[in-house]
Amino acid sequence: MNISEFFLTSMADILVDHPYIEDFLTSFGLIVKPSDDTLQHYLDNLDQDNLEDLGVSDEQLRQSLDDFLTGMLALSDPMDKVESLTIIGGHDKSGKAENLELNLKPGEVICIVGPTGSGKSRLLADIEWVAQGDTPTSRKILINGQVPDSKWRFSTEYKLVAQLSQNMNFVMDLSAEEFIRMHAESRLVTDPEKKVAQILQQANELAGEQFAPDTPVTSLSGGQSRALMIADMAILSKSPIALIDEIENAGIDRKKALDLLVQEEKIILMATHDPILALMGDRRLVIKNGGIDKIIESSEEERKNLVTLEKLDNKLLALRNRIRTGDTLEHIEGV
Amino acid sequence: MRFLTISGPPSSGKTSVILRVIEALQAREKKIGVVKFDCLLTDDDKLYAKKGVLVKKGLSGALCPDHYFVSNIESCVTWGHENNCEYLISESAGLCNRCSPHIKEITAVCVIDNLSGIGTPRKIGPMLKSADIVVITKGDIVSQAEREVFASRVKQVNPGAIIMNVNGITGQGAFELTSLFEDASDIETLKGKVLRFSMPAALCSYCLGETRIGEEHQTGNIRKMDLQEGSAE
Repeated sequence: MNISEFFLTSMADILVDHPYIEDFLTSFGLIVKPSDDTLQHYLDNLDQDNLEDLGVSDEQLRQSLDDFLTGMLALSDPMDKVESLTIIGGHDKSGKAENLELNLKPGEVICIVGPTGSGKSRLLADIEWVAQGDTPTSRKILINGQVPDSKWRFSTEYKLVAQLSQNMNFVMDLSAEEFIRMHAESRLVTDPEKKVAQILQQANELAGEQFAPDTPVTSLSGGQSRALMIADMAILSKSPIALIDEIENAGIDRKKALDLLVQEEKIILMATHDPILALMGDRRLVIKNGGIDKIIESSEEERKNLVTLEKLDNKLLALRNRIRTGDTLEHIEGV
Repeated sequence: MRFLTISGPPSSGKTSVILRVIEALQAREKKIGVVKFDCLLTDDDKLYAKKGVLVKKGLSGALCPDHYFVSNIESCVTWGHENNCEYLISESAGLCNRCSPHIKEITAVCVIDNLSGIGTPRKIGPMLKSADIVVITKGDIVSQAEREVFASRVKQVNPGAIIMNVNGITGQGAFELTSLFEDASDIETLKGKVLRFSMPAALCSYCLGETRIGEEHQTGNIRKMDLQEGSAE
């Protein structure tokens, strides 16, 4: 469908087939009723005094509708496939060159480690901004080996990075199901109901404690919120890169969560200092003084220790559960 | 001199965002001026002065704040130009949501925050709908999905704008926003420029200081609600 076809469609059909156009018009305060008149006719016959009251000019409304429809058409286009992301090194805070060219591929998990203030956020921001030597680090980011189109920078449809921050507060007064549906609708996915069901099911598989679809998002536990957001990111987000700021070790199966994102062929960048998560990663970028100081490949020897670490972790989890169920901890030898 | 109008609802984070942008501009060794418009009082001018930028504040007091803005902005621009500012930023809050300080051919920025509720973008008029750049703040407080839903609501009412997430506290995104400011309109004067959209008309007895309630005290530009209509909000 091209844009001019929308304008020749009757308002009755628009309401049924393209509800987002109704949503657009009502968001400007306009009243939309089904009729045989075309969208063009509707626009041509708007009351100019009413538009002035609504704070929009005729010209601006038409321009906005055009931009809006262009964006909507782009949203239904398949996302350009990102086969690789290349980070070409710049320099650290003292000007020392990073001397590296790092190639990241879908399905890879890369951990970013380093103390607070070392420059982890700047690295993540360089990627999100698709830096071209124009940030304080002078790093360059290539997509599929090439200098990327500027749409990756500015367009909300082509967001390169979806970020899962540590903060999982919700402020919207909606149930989990309503919230995910609203998110799905904003992304214009086909068959939103199916996607919503999928996400809720997946989130419940990741969460330690189950929750019902009608649970208000504001009452979800920390683990449940994380599970919901990871499932949402895996299933709804078209962004090829997932940026994760630590997955707290509570109320969520972290291994399953990572596997889910890996399955969806995302490049996963994770800021973490958790030994288990770090070893689940393929590589670790060590950040120091604003630059990538070192790249550590997770070794076989390290991976072997994962079993021991997981045992330790499970011990702690078992103790947590005993506390949760009202048990006491005088005897913890057998755990 | 590059000139930008920055506006947004009260407490959306305008001042914090501008402060972060000032830091990034100062790192590029730019001379900056800020004009802060407010109604009753503001101490934000002190925050700006602390950063070492030139600052003027204008308090509209008993006048409509946006009308006050438009009657003063031309001389502010002249002031900035005479003081050799390379960047001049005007900050004002669009208090009734129908007013907007944005001027044609002058880079217009609207700051709005994730916590204001998903219904808010559609409630704001030309201040948001005609902005070139929309900055969304307080993203660290909400989840990714909520940020996306909010941004899509902003996009719905201003699909042509560049929409950016900026954190006024950590400064995340401020560097990138500053890069956009480098392309802001380069002007010496506002002579001959026009507002992007008319401001709401107000010329009634209450504009002139009337305080008594009642039809007999109302003259001038008065409009009555239709209370007979069933679905009135």
